[in-house]
Amino acid sequence: MIPADSAIQFDRNGKLKHFLTISGLPRAVLTGMLDTAESFAGFGQREIKKVPLLRGKTMVNLFFEPSTRTRTTFEIAGKRLSADVINLNAARLSTSKGESIIDTARTLEAMHTDLFVVRDSASGAAHLIAAHLPDHVRVINAGDGRHAHPTQAMLDMFTIRRVKGGIKGLKVAIIGDVLHSRVARSQIQALNTLGAEQIRVVGPRTLIPTEIETMGVAATSDMREGLRGVDVVIMLRLQRERMDGQLVPSEQEYFNRYGLTGDKLRYADRDAVVMHPGPINRGLEIASDVADGSRSVILQQVTCGIAVRMAVMATLMGGSEERP
Amino acid sequence: MYDSRQLAAIIEKMAGQINARQLPAPLLVGIHTGGAWLAEQLHPRLDSAPPLGTLDISFYRDDFSRVGLNPEVKASSLPVAVDNRDIILVDDVLHTGRTVRAGLNEIFSYGRPERVCLAVLIERPGRELPIQADIVGQSLQLAGHEEAKLTRDGGRLALNIIDLGKSAP
Amino acid sequence: MTAGLVIQGGRVIDPANAIDAVRDVYISRGKIAGIGRKPKAFGAAQRIDAAGLLVLPGLIDLCARLREAGEAPLDSETRAAAGGGITRMVCPPDTTPVIDTPAMVRMIQSRAGAGGFARIHPLGALTAGLGGERLTDMALLMDAGCVGLSNGLRAVENTLVMRRAMQYASTYDLPVFVTPRDPWLHGNGVVHEGEISTRLGLPAIPEAAETVGVARDLALMETSGARAHFHLLSSARAVEMLAEAKARGLPVTASVAVHHLHLNETHIGAFDARYKVFPPLRTARDQRALVRGVEDGIISAICSDHQPHGADAKLAPFAEAAPGIAGLETLLPLTMRLVDDGALPLPTAVAALTANPAAIIGIDAGHLGVGAAADLCLFDPRREWTPGADTLLSSGKNTPWCGQPLRGKVTLTLVGGKAAYRDPASGG
Repeated sequence: MIPADSAIQFDRNGKLKHFLTISGLPRAVLTGMLDTAESFAGFGQREIKKVPLLRGKTMVNLFFEPSTRTRTTFEIAGKRLSADVINLNAARLSTSKGESIIDTARTLEAMHTDLFVVRDSASGAAHLIAAHLPDHVRVINAGDGRHAHPTQAMLDMFTIRRVKGGIKGLKVAIIGDVLHSRVARSQIQALNTLGAEQIRVVGPRTLIPTEIETMGVAATSDMREGLRGVDVVIMLRLQRERMDGQLVPSEQEYFNRYGLTGDKLRYADRDAVVMHPGPINRGLEIASDVADGSRSVILQQVTCGIAVRMAVMATLMGGSEERP
Repeated sequence: MYDSRQLAAIIEKMAGQINARQLPAPLLVGIHTGGAWLAEQLHPRLDSAPPLGTLDISFYRDDFSRVGLNPEVKASSLPVAVDNRDIILVDDVLHTGRTVRAGLNEIFSYGRPERVCLAVLIERPGRELPIQADIVGQSLQLAGHEEAKLTRDGGRLALNIIDLGKSAP
Repeated sequence: MTAGLVIQGGRVIDPANAIDAVRDVYISRGKIAGIGRKPKAFGAAQRIDAAGLLVLPGLIDLCARLREAGEAPLDSETRAAAGGGITRMVCPPDTTPVIDTPAMVRMIQSRAGAGGFARIHPLGALTAGLGGERLTDMALLMDAGCVGLSNGLRAVENTLVMRRAMQYASTYDLPVFVTPRDPWLHGNGVVHEGEISTRLGLPAIPEAAETVGVARDLALMETSGARAHFHLLSSARAVEMLAEAKARGLPVTASVAVHHLHLNETHIGAFDARYKVFPPLRTARDQRALVRGVEDGIISAICSDHQPHGADAKLAPFAEAAPGIAGLETLLPLTMRLVDDGALPLPTAVAALTANPAAIIGIDAGHLGVGAAADLCLFDPRREWTPGADTLLSSGKNTPWCGQPLRGKVTLTLVGGKAAYRDPASGG
């Protein structure tokens, strides 16, 4: 059965129309996207880095929460598919008069937008927009609150698949601020769907959400136990503004226990790779020599971002027109 | 309709026609999937031993918004730059011309070739674009409801004519 | 001979008087004149056929918000209450402006009284402006008509102030309505802390936000002698704590919102803001424990926790959407569904809507004893209807039961012997 938070992503014929969460997506949909991304991956080398798939389509990057990096990747991906791309860094009233988020989307839709890429600081914002726009409009979630960041998770899967040859049977550790991480939630769902053997989340109890086990992971607060024999180490960003003594006593203590250093990395498999969704806080969640070291695939993650987002867009937009 | 032996003879004839052109900087490119099979069979028969590439034109098709992306989409692979090359573009069947149009667009997104010539195994009526082949294996007078389909089984090619029925356009 | 009204052939359920039988109800001069036996000198000017219907005391809803007290007439909500069989409703003090002066109490009552629908019994603020610092003029609030005191959903953070408020309220034997909530643990949470908050990434409210509140205020009432009413419980653990307090003989009562007896966190599904309520919907286990708490009498009252909102209020990301369900008109059918499901005995369910809440606020109502005000409703247990914009009288259509067929509907409500609601489809 498709979970309620996923059902809205499919059209009547069971085809994917929105990309809001990894939750409830069948493995074939995810692998299809990754395969498509693989074929887009070489595009950066071409003289003309464009294909005409989305020619004549309008895509709006609707970012209620600023993020230059993610927005730029979506913008490049859209342009490489020949879409007309409009960037909107919108501010909105974060109050009970929050209907403005729907109003904004509806106004833009009235200007014949075909695809929205939405980022917002509130969990569920992309679902809300998808639920209130006409049928032909597509919505991609570029990060909503703590809930989901499915394209980031897909590019992480893409990177893992490239360096490890596949996801099936891997042991993966996700380390740090899981509580506030939309990336971690989407990664956990993607890794489980793609057949990872074991997923562990590691961090102090204040940063691990309750009942995280129900998402299909094992939780531990011990780095040695969490890292033992893993093939992939995913470090999460720890926002410095959380370092106010409420959740973690100090940067020093956090780095001592959970910062990824060369020493701690030795607990992992010999061939383990290190990932991070960026931007990195050097010396807080990861030591510089590990971030820049031979096991790090952090820069590869960035490179893959465009191809994966092109694949997501192509998957949603293809076949979207009803036959006359 | 044509078994592998008959096809081999046709392919041999096509290779002869390509060789006769004496292209100075040839690059053999097969359009995925049938064209790529055909290019593979042509390749050892060509005198100049040109580099061999394949093209998946899925991203350039004009029916994307109607039918969506081919789930089996493969990356195009061109072993050398196309600039100043004499490209021999190979496809199995020339019908409406739309596939070749997409192929040309894709080639030009890689750069500026010196020339492109088109080699097809089967040429049939039904053109919707002003495109014609330079090298033709066989012309077939197929009706609108018939389709020529190239298949491969363990490296042996076969060509069959399928009747799609009267309902098809 | 006085001209009166007789309701004939209905099944009268009056838990306070231990009646569950088919009886005729005689009404004269706005009061119950007789049950089953025709009073002397009674001339029926009007007869109502109630065959196949339940005849219940008018419901007393311990928690109904009427939107901004300073705005538009309250008629739409008092009429909606009558449409749900409710003849008296208790209104929390967290209106704008706050009900913390006798003048505000009188203003609300006068504005509600004009319509002739359900009566309003305001709760007075426990602290001035609900600020949690200074005590209100509790005795004067009582004189003006307040039936109890409450700080709404805002906890009195300062424990000493809370203790003194309880002590002072006990001077006048006023019940203190507590919605147990530790403000720090509640924080900016919007859903129960558990599987759903984790999966949807929504700020969470731990169970401890409620149990810490219950523990603190139980300790305070025990040493202050106050009569405390624990309002809108949401967790199994809180029910256990109250059971234990009751067993020790503390004068404590508790209530629950009817939606907590039917829903749990999983109903939130894909950020469905219709299910956003405070306190939050918790687990299925909590839901079952609350139903059992009603059955066992630990929780003696079921209320609507009615909060009407316009359509826009829920059109926002979950965390920003307004909390609350419009519940006046579904209170009785949803409670009766628990009876149909075998979860509650009929007299328990009816008592939780009538005599028990009357006892909590200390008024002589919620029963059909001879001489009592003729506040009652007729309920057709077989009538199917669907709550929706066209059927709900409340200004708020924000209910998860919108569009879902319900069984059982009020067909007539009398307030002081006068029809406050008559179902248009029932003729009667």
